[in-house]
Amino acid sequence: MTRPSRRKPPASRAHKPGIATVEELMTHAYAMETEAAERYTEFADAMEAHNNPEVAELFRKLARIEHLHGEQVLQAMGWATPPPHRGDFRWQGTEAPESGERGELHYLMHPYHALRIAHQNEQRAFDFFGHVARNAGNAAVRKAAAEIEEEEREHVRLIEEWLKRTPQPPSNWAFDPDPPMGVT
Amino acid sequence: MSAVVAALAGAAPAAKDFKSSTKPVWCPGCGDYSVLSSLTKALAQLGLRPENVAVVSGIGCSSRIPAYTTCYGFHGVHGRALATAAGLKLARPDLTVVVTGGDGDGFSIGGNHFLHACRRNVDLTYVVMDNHVYGMTKGQPSPTTEPDWDSKLSPGGTGLRTFHPLVIALAAGANFVARAFSGDPNGTADIIAQAIRTPGFSFVEVLSPCVTYRPEQREWKKAVRPAPVAQTDDPARAVRRIMTDDGFNIGILFSGARKPYQPPIGVGRATAADLEREFAI
Repeated sequence: MTRPSRRKPPASRAHKPGIATVEELMTHAYAMETEAAERYTEFADAMEAHNNPEVAELFRKLARIEHLHGEQVLQAMGWATPPPHRGDFRWQGTEAPESGERGELHYLMHPYHALRIAHQNEQRAFDFFGHVARNAGNAAVRKAAAEIEEEEREHVRLIEEWLKRTPQPPSNWAFDPDPPMGVT
Repeated sequence: MSAVVAALAGAAPAAKDFKSSTKPVWCPGCGDYSVLSSLTKALAQLGLRPENVAVVSGIGCSSRIPAYTTCYGFHGVHGRALATAAGLKLARPDLTVVVTGGDGDGFSIGGNHFLHACRRNVDLTYVVMDNHVYGMTKGQPSPTTEPDWDSKLSPGGTGLRTFHPLVIALAAGANFVARAFSGDPNGTADIIAQAIRTPGFSFVEVLSPCVTYRPEQREWKKAVRPAPVAQTDDPARAVRRIMTDDGFNIGILFSGARKPYQPPIGVGRATAADLEREFAI
């Protein structure tokens, strides 16, 4: 919750080289959008369970947006069904760049915090495709990645606009007048 | 279960097919969300089907996991998950049996079962979500809590030496020992999958932050790192390594080749009449 939005990604998020075909690139793009949608849905469910409906609705909206992006990948590729989820994606170790970190949630968080998480996610996606656009061996992959990088840049910009329109939380946003017992 | 089986007939289940429609009630930010995700990914990775897997647990926040899966589940008595799971596996060796729980359930209330499960080496995978605290009961120190952890419920800390589950598991005979971190869900999934693949008793300690009672554990993500050494099949070497690390080395730390305990099914089984005869005066 307190991290700066443009921090250096941890080593576990480092990119692996080696996306060789446009199809492989788009499989990555589809997986990224799908996993992001699933994660936002999980976040929304958690917020609903903890009676934070405003943030739950925002996460649900973000999930719908990511789902739509996944559908757009399928359409762009003319894929009738999603590509098989292989296990060897080129993002190192942990997760797809656009999936928010679960540890960032707080039961008293505000919509502004949720948008900060979304902003970080879009930024990582932008970084990922930018990396591929500059480093892939195949020119067609570089070109396609550059196009997606531009789309992600636009997503980053849209979230930044959204953040400007969203009230910032008060400094004591995490204050709970009836806190869990035992916390020092 | 029948609806799940029907829906999946013929298809290789994906991770989401192992998640039930019951939504977790863990605190937002809890590491256990990721462990659930890792477990379902591991089961999908192994090509298993929900109807062939049983998830057994005791009591505690993390022990809620069986309800969040579409596998067969048993949410049992506090600390007794391993005994229940061992019985199930011995009676139904065809099932993949995964045991889940927390550090209080596993190492305090269930400490004795933990020792003997390692020693017995039934083919189980035990995933402990270790957050160094009893979360469900409002934040009491657990066996893995640091001696100087100061809280309203343990002013000044307990002063007690921490339980070292990985070392104790090795000393007691566990055949596979690993440490994972919930903040690395895909890496944790790989470790759980390898634990399930490895015959015998496999123990995976997952560092899973409790953001409510141990908010400082959010910083664990900065402390964890891949273990700088390859796994070993020498338990003495593994123990030395684990005893001298800082508790944040992640990976498979030991993988042995002990033969699992699995007596033949049905041999020596007594009928009710046989038992009755034994009690006849």
